[in-house]
Amino acid sequence: MSDLFLIYKNLTRKPLRLFLTVFATFIAFLIYGTITGFQNALDSGVELSADDRLVTVNKINFTQPLPISYVNKVKAIEGVQGVVHMNWFGGYYQDPSQFLQTFAVDEKAFLEVYDEITLTEEETKAWLQNNQAIIVGDTSAEKYGWKVGDRIPVGSNIFSQADGSSVWDFDIVGIYKGRDRQTDTTSVYIHYKYFNETQSFGGNYIGWMGVRTVDPKLNEQVIKRIDDMFVNSPFETETVPEKAFQKAFIAQIGNIGLILTSVVAAAFFIILVIVGNSMVLSVRERTAEIGVMKTLGFRSGRIFRLVLGESVLLALVGGGLGIFASLFAMAAINQSPTPLPDMLLDSAAVQTAFAYAAILGLVTGIIPAISALRLNIITALTRA
Amino acid sequence: MTDEILYDLRGVSKSFVKGKERITVFDGLDMSIKKGDFLAIMGPSGSGKTTLLNILGGVDQPTDGEVWFDDERVDTLSENELARWRANNIGFIFQFYNLMPMLNAARNVELPLLLTNLSKKHRKQSVETALELVDLADRAKHMPSEMSGGQQQRVAIARAIVSDPKLLLCDEPTGDLDRETADEILEMLQLLNREFGKTIVMVTHDPQAAKYAKRTLHLDKGTFVEKDLAA
Repeated sequence: MSDLFLIYKNLTRKPLRLFLTVFATFIAFLIYGTITGFQNALDSGVELSADDRLVTVNKINFTQPLPISYVNKVKAIEGVQGVVHMNWFGGYYQDPSQFLQTFAVDEKAFLEVYDEITLTEEETKAWLQNNQAIIVGDTSAEKYGWKVGDRIPVGSNIFSQADGSSVWDFDIVGIYKGRDRQTDTTSVYIHYKYFNETQSFGGNYIGWMGVRTVDPKLNEQVIKRIDDMFVNSPFETETVPEKAFQKAFIAQIGNIGLILTSVVAAAFFIILVIVGNSMVLSVRERTAEIGVMKTLGFRSGRIFRLVLGESVLLALVGGGLGIFASLFAMAAINQSPTPLPDMLLDSAAVQTAFAYAAILGLVTGIIPAISALRLNIITALTRA
Repeated sequence: MTDEILYDLRGVSKSFVKGKERITVFDGLDMSIKKGDFLAIMGPSGSGKTTLLNILGGVDQPTDGEVWFDDERVDTLSENELARWRANNIGFIFQFYNLMPMLNAARNVELPLLLTNLSKKHRKQSVETALELVDLADRAKHMPSEMSGGQQQRVAIARAIVSDPKLLLCDEPTGDLDRETADEILEMLQLLNREFGKTIVMVTHDPQAAKYAKRTLHLDKGTFVEKDLAA
């Protein structure tokens, strides 16, 4: 028999209470793990953004178009390595409920500027040669069962063709993978030229430009040159580093970080109260037993550690199960294609979760542990 | 019983404050207990029996005076030193057994041995010996809730003797038992005193129980009146 065995026996003496307390902690850490994974997914857009990539949008806001003539002007600026123009297509597959994040891009420049998109040589060749080509991310391909060679209809809820149809047919010529796990592989890309020629909405406008610089150190200089070039024109531009653009885009949804932190804080606070209350009750019920242990010669410090050990073990078990379950929950969510990158918890996040669990255990156990530490033997035995 | 003094209380006083009133339990109490003694302490409620037992057990400290145990002064020890001293020298037997409900008999008996440096193997041997001594070897795996009051008290006795303490302190050890079972327990204490030389101090209200002791001290208002029952 060891102290750990005593802790275990004390914890398991009331199975229902143990279950409910562990379950409450489990839920809190399930929420924490999943929300942290979600936040990581949001942040990954920022983190995976290339340092040497800029985004140029219409100064009014990024939903306003820019003339396609801007592309060559930007390409000519010193310090610019490549420029790709992109348009939001507003796509869906078969039914508007099956949302498909679709972009019409300059097919050649796209692969140069967004080199985290990986295709085989054969796929690249086919992508460049066929103007009705579409490349799809492996997540979407898996979801819809697409394979190279398939011809698929992609509808737009914004644009239509001259004949009134809002559905385009494309040939899948490549299924791209992401260089990093969190690279978005749900989007699909089509040729801008084909889109521009066939759509009836008004041509020769682009949504925005992705600009790759020769060196990130030149970013500020290039930004200034681009925006100065179009100042006082009908289409003034605003150029920002891609990381800043992603951050601003996420911020448009709201202060996600604050919302998520508030949810987690609320969950932890409730757990603090539940587990703390449970520990206080549990130790109070054992006053006489603690008195007997002290009488037998157990030092107050050891009793203190035994009580604290109980709350820490309880929090670690509940927290560990919660984090473990959140990994499964994220894996399940990642299976379904969403515009978000994969939710994941890296080892640092898991370690942080366990540290939080340990802190939670210490905080919830400290009051009953101090009570046990200070418990007078005579008072305790009187309650026997 | 030898002539060697195990416990010596010299001019011990104990008082405490209750509300605005100071209550004196003892005022200059002297007492000696020889090694191998079996002493019963009787007295009416409020006479100070339990307070005396608490001082003897090192769970309470006198307000004044000196407490010597086997040539070691214990009233000046710190809380932690007293805990160590209790673990090494005193075995406690309570009226309501005070076993740990979540531990089986063997684990309950093993509890004081967690305060020693004994190996797991030696602890196991000591537990088996103690349980055999109280005739409960076959109940080692039973939980307290699965045992009668008498059996639980025997487990408590095994727990008290497992670390071979010099002194056993019994607080109404038969107060919760029927006559027949009480006699069994008292015979067991007598056996421990007679055959194993254990020094025992027992607080009791029961004159029948006191008959098992070698001598009885009557405590009244903090003063002893000694009666030799054997005489």
